[in-house]
Amino acid sequence: MIKNFLPNKIISMSSKIISNLTIAMILILLIGILYALFLSPPDYVQGDSVRIMYVHVPSSFIALGSFAFIGLAAIINLIFRIKFMSLAAKSLAPVGSTFTLISIVTGSLWGKPTWGIWWVWDARLTSMLILFLFYVAYMLTWKVIINHEKANKVSSVIAILGLFNLPVIKYSVDWWNTLHQPSSINLTSSSTIHFTMLIPLLIMLGGLVTYSLIIFLMKYKVELMKFKINNRKNK
Amino acid sequence: MLARKVKLRILYLSIILITISAIIFFILKSLEENVVYFFSPTDIYNKPGISINKKIRVGGLVKEGSVLKKGKNVVFVITDLKSDVIVSFSGLVPNLFAEGKGVVAEGKLRDKKYFIADKILAKHDENYMPPEVSEALNKTN
Repeated sequence: MIKNFLPNKIISMSSKIISNLTIAMILILLIGILYALFLSPPDYVQGDSVRIMYVHVPSSFIALGSFAFIGLAAIINLIFRIKFMSLAAKSLAPVGSTFTLISIVTGSLWGKPTWGIWWVWDARLTSMLILFLFYVAYMLTWKVIINHEKANKVSSVIAILGLFNLPVIKYSVDWWNTLHQPSSINLTSSSTIHFTMLIPLLIMLGGLVTYSLIIFLMKYKVELMKFKINNRKNK
Repeated sequence: MLARKVKLRILYLSIILITISAIIFFILKSLEENVVYFFSPTDIYNKPGISINKKIRVGGLVKEGSVLKKGKNVVFVITDLKSDVIVSFSGLVPNLFAEGKGVVAEGKLRDKKYFIADKILAKHDENYMPPEVSEALNKTN
């Protein structure tokens, strides 16, 4: 499976894959939104305002997961000097940063009716804002630094530094007193979301991940082609 | 197995990463009081250095049966099941403010037992379920 992400496979990737993924994404999101907005039950405490969760939680997952990939790709690139890793990371950053922003905005819209406030500087919210700043810094270095190798080195450092923020984000609600509630879905323990709400949540996650994959693939293909062309010029 | 250059890079990177981890750990540890969003009633009770009249936040559960509304004023007890703090507040409380549910009050301590709040926030827990399931759970309890 990983072989499919090697540069040559991506560059020769037919547009049919993107079309198929898009159709799949539309179907998944239609079902997800149907459940999220209408077929799923209201919450016993929050009523219908819980439905923002179906966008907020998947966005947060994608925001963190994308940066984890970017940081990991930066490490692999620094150690093994595999060039296409940094191009993959560069291609994922716009998607990840957009979902970070969506997470913050939907969280804010959710916070006003439930907590009574749009924003607080608690550990969870503040560290998410810091994540967004890391994304911006990462993308800016690629834009501002002309020389590819230099941009790669600086952005990799930023990515690796930003990696330290990820466990802070994840465990902020456990390590410190925060307004944001603890995690409802855990890898190790059972989830505290009823299945009638968990299923739509997972469907929405699937749809938004598919969307992220589509955007990533399109950008990755372009980045690989640009890199090949630039390197041919120098030879 | 791995080229010598690669092994060196891994070593340097590991040392740098461990050092940064340690630095961040100590920074967060020393900033603890500013990173927590609120103190629990037990924190208030135990803290030697809590100054009266400093703006702080207290959080916990609204003690069952403790809410007293008198016109615009409301008085209730925040508990963490170990210690209690009495909170008085005049103004509107959020919709989700309820007995037995989480709350964060922002304001000043009059003394170790009495807190005068100028802002009340509702804190909800990580449980999500339909109302029918909640009623069924309450019945079995």
